[in-house]
Amino acid sequence: MKYLILILLTVNLACAPDKPKSTEEYPDLTKSAPEAVLTDPTKGIGAVKNVTLKTPIEQERVSRGLAIFEMKCSACHKLDETRFVGPGWKNVTKTRKPEWIMNMVTNVEVMLDKDPEAQKLLELCLTRMPNQNVSIGDARDILEFMRQNDGDK
Amino acid sequence: MVILAILGLGMSMTRCAPKGPKEAVTGNAASKVYVAPGKYDEFYNIVSGGFNGQIGIYGLPSGRLFRIIPVFSQFPENGYGYSEESKPMLNTSHGYVPWDDLHHIALSVTNGVHDGRWAFANGNNTPRVARVDLKTFHTAEILEIPNSGGNHSSPFITENSEYIVAGTRFSVPMGDKTDVPISTFKQNFKGTVSFISVDKTSGNMNIAFQLTTPGVNFDLARAGKGPSAGWFFFSCYNTEQAYTLLEVNASQKDKDFIMAVNWKKAEEYIAAGKGKKVKAKYAHNVLDEKTHMTVSTMMDEVMQLDPTELKDILYFIPCPKSPHGCDTDPTGEFIVGSGKLAALIPVFSFTKIQQAIANKDFEGEFGGIPVIKYESALQGEVKKPGLGPLHTEFDDKGNAYTSFFVSSEIVKWNVKTLQVLDRIPTYYSIGHLCVPGGPTAKPWGKYVIAYNKITKDRYLPTGPELTQSAQLYDISGDKMQLLLDFPTTGEPHYAEAIPASLITPNSVKFYKIEDNGHPYAAKGEKEARVERKGNQVHVYMTAIRSHLTPDNIEGVKLGDDVYFHVTNLEQDWDVPHGFAVKGAANAEILVMPGETQTLKWKPLTSGVFPFYCTDFCSALHQEMQGYIRVSPASSSVPLKFSTGKIEAEGTGAN
Repeated sequence: MKYLILILLTVNLACAPDKPKSTEEYPDLTKSAPEAVLTDPTKGIGAVKNVTLKTPIEQERVSRGLAIFEMKCSACHKLDETRFVGPGWKNVTKTRKPEWIMNMVTNVEVMLDKDPEAQKLLELCLTRMPNQNVSIGDARDILEFMRQNDGDK
Repeated sequence: MVILAILGLGMSMTRCAPKGPKEAVTGNAASKVYVAPGKYDEFYNIVSGGFNGQIGIYGLPSGRLFRIIPVFSQFPENGYGYSEESKPMLNTSHGYVPWDDLHHIALSVTNGVHDGRWAFANGNNTPRVARVDLKTFHTAEILEIPNSGGNHSSPFITENSEYIVAGTRFSVPMGDKTDVPISTFKQNFKGTVSFISVDKTSGNMNIAFQLTTPGVNFDLARAGKGPSAGWFFFSCYNTEQAYTLLEVNASQKDKDFIMAVNWKKAEEYIAAGKGKKVKAKYAHNVLDEKTHMTVSTMMDEVMQLDPTELKDILYFIPCPKSPHGCDTDPTGEFIVGSGKLAALIPVFSFTKIQQAIANKDFEGEFGGIPVIKYESALQGEVKKPGLGPLHTEFDDKGNAYTSFFVSSEIVKWNVKTLQVLDRIPTYYSIGHLCVPGGPTAKPWGKYVIAYNKITKDRYLPTGPELTQSAQLYDISGDKMQLLLDFPTTGEPHYAEAIPASLITPNSVKFYKIEDNGHPYAAKGEKEARVERKGNQVHVYMTAIRSHLTPDNIEGVKLGDDVYFHVTNLEQDWDVPHGFAVKGAANAEILVMPGETQTLKWKPLTSGVFPFYCTDFCSALHQEMQGYIRVSPASSSVPLKFSTGKIEAEGTGAN
């Protein structure tokens, strides 16, 4: 059943369906993220265009990020390098742009369908990362927690 | 091409059907009900399921079934009535009653217009009313009705959802004196109609007051609106007060009654302290959206008003031949009575009823209640409309549509002129009918749907038990046009239809895990654990694609009650997980994203028992599984749990 839904979703993203004409406009229930503008492919696809990182790292964000990690991410991601359901988080901030990480967290369906780096990870893990409905603000906190996990001070 | 093919099929089928009318479906019917793949229907049709105790949600004009909502019934599909959280929803003063007979739907209204917030429904057998939240399509509340027998005349709703009502079908002995000979009906049996207040914000129900009435049978009801908004109208039969062979003995009189209730006046009497608190035991069950748990509270008293003492609350209006439907038109001026055995339809005028009351234009009293003269209340009669009128709905153009059971047809007539305009057969023996917004001050019109009592040859036969059936007609033109047959679950009684645009934008997609207040929630795998409390073992389990945590559990002993509290950590639309464990005597459960649900399991033998996710969730769904080990009561296996931990063979506890 879910296979079908995923396939439909993919089709929807590829070409937006016509809305029912006989009735009022509905909000697009299959919702997708803002249109991709591939300015810098290493930043991924999504609403996050530019992130400014501060030094030293922001401790308030780190503790909020940890709480979100434990609730929404830790079931599939470990904090070391080992791949569990998804990749381990160690050194992710060294290998990916901050924008890419935040777009992956907040715009995962589009990333998995269009971003070559995300697609490589899908081929490796073979489980589509679920949309955990993380807001952009929360994704920024998670990013800060990842920086701490990678040893940034 | 597809449409042509369907039409062709339709034609060849009717040729074989023994009784099907060849001329019934005409021209462009198929294109009018065709909703292309991926498109939405225009209306939700919220249909009672009768003896299945459920509500069916269909789309119109396609007739496609989207969902079955369990209300007064257990539902193995999602664990409703089986999970620890939902069992209390089916609690009553008679204990756990997991079935009922659900007849009527009332959608919430504001200023007489659908507002898309709640659907109310009645339970006939063990008298109850339920509230379904249209954001989640879950049963959110059930309130039992005391001093009632057969809650049929329910749950019709007032213009601003101030009250829904519950009129008893059976009059019963009540109060201190209930163990009485049946033959003392006239002396000891009473009726009640309850006014159940609906909280404007939460929707929570409460019996504001009960009116005690003479012993008759209440059948159906409608609130007034506009000028008559402060009134409610109930049809009653068995004014003969028969207690046996009602088929004959309750059909003696030429006229029974429509009972008019001035509920605004009743409210004033309550405010003035004229109510009497009476002992009564009844259950009130409410779902808490934050904890996902239902709490059942046993109530112990109810407020009653006696209209034989407070003279200006109740009035009877004679109505021919055992009236069934009692429907108010969109303006609120006209009340249509439908005598099941009548060959005409009386239409009463609210203005004339008020004049008759002011002039004391009464023909006498019944059980201490004044009876208004028929002619004084009557606006006019629809002559020779058909046989056996049951129910009337209204469109947006001043027309009424009445169902006729005996003559199997819908008859369209004009409310002002009382002239019959059109008639069309139904297949077969129509009961209720529905025009979108038909009972409100603002009918949406467009269609009328027939809910039929007999299906016979309309579909491929499936042995003696057949599907139930509904039929969709286009009413946009002068002539009604049959468009579609569609099967329904249970036995459809009343239904309402509401524009999808009033519901779709508010539909909940998942529960926010941050807001989950369930006492046994595991909000993240870090909180997943197993705890022992005496002989109760509580498993705080998480589910996410594609594993359960913990998935290895040991240290359970025979005699333990194991509670699997499963929290779905997903935060996306349409990713439920299921949970089942071998030998579970109740059911599996289905857990929506962000929700916690509990399955209680009592192992009867020692051994290792598999558990798994029952809802196909991902490519590795079939890997979403685990084991729980049960040891003899005397064993010393320690309680332990893990996920993803590989132990060297033989290092596990013995």
